[in-house]
Amino acid sequence: MTATTVVLRTEARLFAREPGALFWIVAFPALLLTALGLVPAFREVDEELDGLRVVDLYVPIAVLLAMIMAGVQSMPVVLSGYRERGILRRLSATPARPSSLLAAQLAVHGGAVLVAVALTLAVGWLAFDVEPAGQPVGYGLAVLLAAFTSLALGGMIAALTPSAKAAQTLGLVIFFPAMFSAGVYVPVSTMPGLLGDVVELTPFGASAAALDRAAAGNWPHGLDVAVTGVWGLLFLGVAARWFRWE
Amino acid sequence: MAIIEVAGLRKAYGGRPVVDGVSFSVDDGEIFGILGPNGAGKTTTVECVSGLRVADEGRVRVAGLDPVAEREALTRVVGVQLQRSEVQEKLTVREALELYAAFYERPADWRELVEELGLADRIGARFGKLSGGQRQRLFIALALIGRPRVVVLDELTTGLDPRGRRNTWRLIERVRDSGVTVVLVTHFMEEARHLCDRVALIDGGRITALDTPVGLIGRAAGSTVMSFVPSGPLPEGELAALPGATDVARKDGRVTVRGSEETVNAAMALIARRGLTAGRLRVESASLDDAYLDLTEGDRP
Repeated sequence: MTATTVVLRTEARLFAREPGALFWIVAFPALLLTALGLVPAFREVDEELDGLRVVDLYVPIAVLLAMIMAGVQSMPVVLSGYRERGILRRLSATPARPSSLLAAQLAVHGGAVLVAVALTLAVGWLAFDVEPAGQPVGYGLAVLLAAFTSLALGGMIAALTPSAKAAQTLGLVIFFPAMFSAGVYVPVSTMPGLLGDVVELTPFGASAAALDRAAAGNWPHGLDVAVTGVWGLLFLGVAARWFRWE
Repeated sequence: MAIIEVAGLRKAYGGRPVVDGVSFSVDDGEIFGILGPNGAGKTTTVECVSGLRVADEGRVRVAGLDPVAEREALTRVVGVQLQRSEVQEKLTVREALELYAAFYERPADWRELVEELGLADRIGARFGKLSGGQRQRLFIALALIGRPRVVVLDELTTGLDPRGRRNTWRLIERVRDSGVTVVLVTHFMEEARHLCDRVALIDGGRITALDTPVGLIGRAAGSTVMSFVPSGPLPEGELAALPGATDVARKDGRVTVRGSEETVNAAMALIARRGLTAGRLRVESASLDDAYLDLTEGDRP
């Protein structure tokens, strides 16, 4: 087995030993959707929501919530902690590059997000008859793009914070605006005029709009895709510029 | 034959020189000690040797490799135990060893390593649950797992109890006996005296002395210490005037003279001339501690 494979297997194993991360990333979004879906009124068609139900709107929101948990709450704390404890430094004294650990963390968190997305879509579909995605290819691309941007944001947080504690604090500062812009409190498509327009310029707001469009059977708007992608590249650029191995 | 060559090494942080022109070479199969007060530049020096830092100036070769330009190749030759660097908290001893073994083409058998290091009953334990001594032993195992030709051990026994330290020393000797060159950074004189073939004393970023431990002790002024209770009055001035005497002290009737072997002989002659005897006479070599204090400036008032 190559070094990269062993690092990946090791990080996956370690991730599985973190019940907190597993719960908040993989289980919580689906549980939130279940809780909302169990409210009878949320399962009724609402004319003000263009004939959709509240539970329909919350499927993409739960999907984004998994990404926020992974990218903002979990991964940067792990990475900054690895740096703080000299784990990356120790690794740089071996033939394995510390970047392999970074890549493994991205892969593990990305994998957890995809499991969470699948679980959320399955719960919505099987329990509450939410059509998984009217435009599956568009939906899939929007999911991948949003996952990329949220993990790039996590990389940026890890790059800007010297310790696990600092990463946790900065993560928390970003967590609430991220949740708001993803529509956890008020779905983005129901936000009034100007607020909605502004939120659609944020990474998670644009992702939410793209997912909504794809769920309804259309291709995401180019603008939403571009906004998410540009944010993602920006985060990645900051992460690459300021990330330190020790 | 030298396996490590360092010439004119310099490194500054923020304009402040930390390593300021260090040169030494380490022979194949040696245990080479780097000794000095905190902040003397010991760690920075070995970090430059292990390729973890880029020197501002100077030439470093380890087994013929440039640690910066040929870092990849260097990591296969050098094993390190670093200060303040851990492995993932929830990784077990066995998983850590398997992980690090996977980085090398021909790794050592980790089962033998844990056996030798007395970690065999802890292989299922997570890193976070290990005691300080067990962690250190794991770090030694990780430094050795790639079958390196050189191991760099930075403050290996700091935080260990005397028994743990002794066990670690025996282990280092076995490592050397297997043909591995050991570079040992320490601030324990006893450790350097016990283990090292040669010791470099670093102070203020420079090497202030480089010798065998015995040579270092002999080099320091006042390397021989005699003490006795004279049977009658003996003026301190006459003792202080003896050849090679560096210090004379009197406490509770007991006189202590520091100097060389020549001083001891002259003192005995003086006592005899005066018709006195030296009661409870003791003659000792100064310890490496004394040599260290004499040869480093750092902690002087």
